[in-house]
Amino acid sequence: MNGPTLKVENLHTHFFTQKGVVKAVDGVSFEVARGEVLGLVGESGSGKTITGFSILDLVDPPGRVTAGRILFQGQDIVGLPSQEMRSLRGRRIAMIFQDPMMTLNPVLSIETQMVETILAHENVSRKEARARSRDALGMVGIPSPDERLASYPHQFSGGMRQRAAIAIALLHRPELIIADEPTTALDVTIQSQILAQMQGLTKQLGMALLWISHDLGVVAGLAHRVAVMYAGRIVEIGPTDDVLDHPTHPYTIGLLQSVPANVPRGAPLLAIPGMAPPPLQRPSGCPFRERCAFATAICETEPPLDAAGAVAWRCFHPQARRAA
Amino acid sequence: MTAISLPRLKADSLASRALNGILKSPKATIASVCCILFVVIAVIGPWIAPQNPYDLMQISIMDAKLSPGSESMAGATYWLGTDGQGRDMLSAMIYGLRTSLAVGLVSGIVALGIGTSLGLVAAYYGAPVDTLIMRLVDLMLGFPTILVALMMLALIGQGLGKVMAALVLVQWALFARAVRGAALVEKGKEYVEAATCLGLGKGRILFGHLLPNCLPPLLVIATLQVANAISAEATLSFLGIGLPITEPSLGLLISNGYEVLMSGQYWISVYPGLLLVALVFSINIVGDRLREVLNPRLQP
Amino acid sequence: MTVFIIRRLSQSLLVLFITSIIVFAGIYAIGNPIDILIAPDATFAEREQAIRALGLDQTLVEQYGTFLWNALHGDLGRSFVFNQPSIDLILNRMPATLELAFVALFLSLAIGIPLGLWSGLRPNTVLDETIMTGSILGFSLPNFWQGMMLIMIFSVWLGWLPSTGRGEVDTVLGMRTSLTSWSGISHLILPAFNLALFKISLVTRLTRSGVRENMPLDFVKFARAKGLSERRIVSVHVLKNIMIPIVTVVGVEFGGIIAFAIVTETIFAWPGMGKLLIDSIMRLDRPVVVAYLLVVVTLFIVINFVVDILYSLLDPRIRLGSAA
Repeated sequence: MNGPTLKVENLHTHFFTQKGVVKAVDGVSFEVARGEVLGLVGESGSGKTITGFSILDLVDPPGRVTAGRILFQGQDIVGLPSQEMRSLRGRRIAMIFQDPMMTLNPVLSIETQMVETILAHENVSRKEARARSRDALGMVGIPSPDERLASYPHQFSGGMRQRAAIAIALLHRPELIIADEPTTALDVTIQSQILAQMQGLTKQLGMALLWISHDLGVVAGLAHRVAVMYAGRIVEIGPTDDVLDHPTHPYTIGLLQSVPANVPRGAPLLAIPGMAPPPLQRPSGCPFRERCAFATAICETEPPLDAAGAVAWRCFHPQARRAA
Repeated sequence: MTAISLPRLKADSLASRALNGILKSPKATIASVCCILFVVIAVIGPWIAPQNPYDLMQISIMDAKLSPGSESMAGATYWLGTDGQGRDMLSAMIYGLRTSLAVGLVSGIVALGIGTSLGLVAAYYGAPVDTLIMRLVDLMLGFPTILVALMMLALIGQGLGKVMAALVLVQWALFARAVRGAALVEKGKEYVEAATCLGLGKGRILFGHLLPNCLPPLLVIATLQVANAISAEATLSFLGIGLPITEPSLGLLISNGYEVLMSGQYWISVYPGLLLVALVFSINIVGDRLREVLNPRLQP
Repeated sequence: MTVFIIRRLSQSLLVLFITSIIVFAGIYAIGNPIDILIAPDATFAEREQAIRALGLDQTLVEQYGTFLWNALHGDLGRSFVFNQPSIDLILNRMPATLELAFVALFLSLAIGIPLGLWSGLRPNTVLDETIMTGSILGFSLPNFWQGMMLIMIFSVWLGWLPSTGRGEVDTVLGMRTSLTSWSGISHLILPAFNLALFKISLVTRLTRSGVRENMPLDFVKFARAKGLSERRIVSVHVLKNIMIPIVTVVGVEFGGIIAFAIVTETIFAWPGMGKLLIDSIMRLDRPVVVAYLLVVVTLFIVINFVVDILYSLLDPRIRLGSAA
């Protein structure tokens, strides 16, 4: 397989509500290669979670993908018949959600929830499915996996629950994993353990990983490349070091500056003034212009995609002077 | 937030919310119109009924068991037929509607009054008054209403007053529980503390502030309970331990026709039954719609 | 778990005790026990004898003691009409009522749950509206009138089913049941359906609201993301979650079924406790009424107790407690 595992081209996902059309994802494009980790960073409401759902056709009505292509291993999966989509889900593309207490069914045992995932795609015996589940639990570092299989989600700690969710995602050795803020609900110490584990597993199994987060710090340590999302669009994308050390888009700069670790002790914490516009009241042109210190009249028109080297951005006033 | 302002009494917005909610649903609008129609018919009943079926001078045994549409000895048409005594079914149904509605509404209102007061008291004073009242409520609600009413009437005898008392007994607990729940929620809000600090009397707080905020669930339950009470009284009358024959309700009419149902004189039971169903159904639709609009978390 | 059982058991006994006091007060203190417990046509000498035997010449507290003592020994007076211990009469007829009640319960679940699922999975459609309005109609139809209509339509006009009485009765596993023959079943159908209709409405609405509440939850999305079929998601994941409130409500409502059996048995001349009760009330055979009351109250308390246990068994969060 030569091309990228996942290539999203100009994706639009709109929600048709009574109050108007919400353009949750408004023209998003990116790629994730085999063995690569792409961090998709943005604040709540930026559309990053919906992007993840759009890939697996899990967007609930009144929303749906209205335009664009999603190429998985070269094949466009937008509009795929539900049977084929179902065959992809959990097997070749897996998803990990944010809060495992909410995503694991509280009244079914872990074993049931793992075995059913296997049996949904393969015709094996229950015994074999159970054995594979046990091995998967072991692989993510859950002790005494045999006993743990019979437990229920509420009997696990938060970290173990998330590990179990990761184990479920890995059952069929998917080619792509979409992880939607999987460590946000966990303690910081557990967080780093899980991050390390994910990193190791990705490398080991050669998967592509789309890591969605609002936490730049987490992404910084894990991702090869990072994409910054704002108001439904990607405003900057590039190798992690480049983007974080030499941010181009004013929003990225603002994000980095508001991370407390970046500010010298005693100096005032900087915040981006104002708030992200509600989805139905986005300004024309660049959605960030009302909060941007560098905005001018031209920002009322759509900033085109510009690039230099491996970094791309949408801004009329890129802050890092780059050699073309 | 600087000063805590006491919220205005919510009675106005409740009425408009309720009305809006009903008007937005064609089903509920039709049902409310029917309810109003029934009430109107009940009120002006004696003036529009072709005869007073309980005035012995007006009925004739010779006209007994005539099928719908037949003519009386005097030449008038019995649109819905006559019963075993020669009474015009249409008139009997109108009078029966009056009784059924009256019993349902009066017992409902009395139960509402008692239940609301007890609920407010329980919420306001807390333990041990609260515990006592709520245990009583739990006990009452643990038994099916029909059984409690039956037992009570079996032990204390029949009569209009006793039936009303039985109906009140089985209904008050539901009101008490709902009001107590809503009042507790309100009591926890800051403005009640503020009112107490300002020295407002208990009565003022109870009725001026806690009560108005309990009105939404109260309205829903009251509506549904009127339907329940009408249905319960009909069942009791049918079983023969409800209202006496001097105050016939729709239930009693149906019971009268029960014996002859098999021999083909269906109209004596079927028509009053249809009226009863229409009445209860309309009230229930309105109550259900109100529940959707005002308090969706209430039990189905 | 044992602690839980013991606690609930003692609570149940307490309620039983309190109810016995209430019943006692109702008969002895408020009503006239002489009228209630002694046959109206007894001679003076018999009356005197009965008064002494029943202890009606003692203080109220002593009377309660006698009452309780007698009750615990199964002596709740003798029926005036049949001249047998009233408790025997009630217990003889109880199996018929229970059979009717259980079949009605089964029908309400078998019809109500599918209707509720159907309605809940297609919210705000014509089907949903129809089923919901139908359910309101279901509990608006007064029990007795509906029974009469059923007889009229199915027995008199169509002649498909018998209208009254119980069919052939066989003894299975020591219990007398009419489910073993077509005659028995055909006699059972109409009254059971009559009794079930009210509950069908309730179960339909409960199921529907359960489905509506659970479908948008995260665990459903996660199950889809794993590639499970909609069928499995609804029939296993969602259903298991909504069964818990359904079972508890229906269990509690079972008492209502037994109560409404009074009406059903009267109309269909079904030889159960309810018919006996009405007949006894009419004939002023009050010891039977008292016996019925106590038996039914005990039954309710037992039902509540069983439902509590069932609830804790069904929800693994309660059964196993939280751990780790």
